[in-house]
Amino acid sequence: MLYDIPTFRLMGDRALLVELGDEISPSINRKVRELFLKLDRESVHGIKELVPAYRSLMIVYDPLAILLTALKEVVTRLHGETHGPPIPEPKKLDVPVVYGGRFGPDLQWVADFHGISPEEVVRYHVQPVYQVYMIGFTPGFPYLGEVPDAIATPRRETPRTVVPQGSVAIAQRQTGIYPVQSPGGWQILGWTPLRFFDAENWPPTPLEIGDRVKFFPIREKEIPDWQS
Amino acid sequence: MAIVATMEVMDPGPLCTVQDLGRYGFGRYGVPPSGALDSFALRAANILVGNRECEAGLEITLMGLKIKALTGVVVAIGGGDLQPAINGKSIETWRSYGMRKGDFLHFKSPKNGCRAYLAVGGGILVQSVLGSRSTNLSSRFGGYEGTPLKKKDVLSSDSPETHVKFDGSALPPEWRPLYGKDWVLRVLWGPQDMDFPEKSREAFLDSPFKVSPQSDRTGIRLSGHLIHRRPSLGESIISEGVAPGTIQVPGDGQPIIILSETITGGYRKIATVIGADLPFLGQIKPGDQVRFDPVDLDCALGAIEQLEETFRRLRERISAEFPMT
Repeated sequence: MLYDIPTFRLMGDRALLVELGDEISPSINRKVRELFLKLDRESVHGIKELVPAYRSLMIVYDPLAILLTALKEVVTRLHGETHGPPIPEPKKLDVPVVYGGRFGPDLQWVADFHGISPEEVVRYHVQPVYQVYMIGFTPGFPYLGEVPDAIATPRRETPRTVVPQGSVAIAQRQTGIYPVQSPGGWQILGWTPLRFFDAENWPPTPLEIGDRVKFFPIREKEIPDWQS
Repeated sequence: MAIVATMEVMDPGPLCTVQDLGRYGFGRYGVPPSGALDSFALRAANILVGNRECEAGLEITLMGLKIKALTGVVVAIGGGDLQPAINGKSIETWRSYGMRKGDFLHFKSPKNGCRAYLAVGGGILVQSVLGSRSTNLSSRFGGYEGTPLKKKDVLSSDSPETHVKFDGSALPPEWRPLYGKDWVLRVLWGPQDMDFPEKSREAFLDSPFKVSPQSDRTGIRLSGHLIHRRPSLGESIISEGVAPGTIQVPGDGQPIIILSETITGGYRKIATVIGADLPFLGQIKPGDQVRFDPVDLDCALGAIEQLEETFRRLRERISAEFPMT
């Protein structure tokens, strides 16, 4: 359910959680994105950090620079504002993926879990245009939704201590890309040669909340064509 | 800016990283703040060597760092007393010292606290990445080439000779924090305290927790009373942003105080350590005991104001004692 007015929760004396709904849904997430972009554009003195997520926006602020009541007022005003400057359209990114084999060590397991072939898993995975619900977990990790029910798969029982950079994986109805090497428990279907986090680049990751992602399969020998 | 090589690492010890006051503004890209866990110590040490408070310094964990001065330089150590010594002779924390070319600075073992902060007159000049010099260890960027310090690494500073005059400045004893083994951390309830029944919230306050050896820069893991959520609720919540000091309770009921290397999470948070007590989180070490004391927002804000007042007075004092020429 989308809330009519934002719900505020304190996370200590320097972070405020603004909740706009109580579930994962494209429309609630769109509202989070709108509020995030409006607040970002307003450059409110005292706000140090904005972290938009599925259904909430975390605002980290300096309590000596802005009072909590004033901060809540700005949020409420911007949330209700309907005639402001237009919100920019999200970007769309096509992402090449080498599926299976050493690039996607869990593809066969996922296929067996659903009693279908690995090729069918890939067909389902490349079908949707995914929405970026949030970036988190590690720098640049996009939480994408939603994976078709036919291949929705639980996390691995034992997470891997090392998931290679570029791994494309699923967990339940979410899919994501590991932009840096990290531990991880999602089922790895494939690997993309595109880079999703580079601290030396601007912006450091190509995706932001609300952007769209479409995966498409490539063969191993095509990898060099995609490495810039 | 005159960049001068000031220090060479002879032995890095178990973990020593370059940190400043953190990387803000990139949480939207999933980038956590990193930064000195004990910001009080880094800020104070910087002031004592005539630096801006936000300058990068070294965060030394528990023991072992040994470095050599490559030129005349002034240094100050804030935070935990890891028994620092120059050329084998013990020195105090919270006071600045001049080092001559060839002098050795060495940290033996913790007498109190967990992390010492070394400020060097002229700062530690590593490349600023995404607006900060702090090391992000898990994603390997920032700091000294994204890694902990290694043997033979050479650190540089800006015009260190202009800071030498700060030799001998000190933080007045009454402003120095005390580090024991039994900690009382002030918290504000929430953001998900209501997901825990009253019995759990009481248990959370009643008995001390023990700090587990699995603690690191990502979080302080606690063991003790199990904190159960309401039985009708699942283990996870929809992922959301998390801030340093928030105390999450995973399914096993053992709380974790989140530090500065995490920006999102999917567990319920029963309470959050107040801003003025965050610096202590950098000094809590495995085996210590932690209790939580709930306060209200006014108390939390009062404590931050008091902390900033201390810094204002310290800056005034140092600039009166050591006027800029």
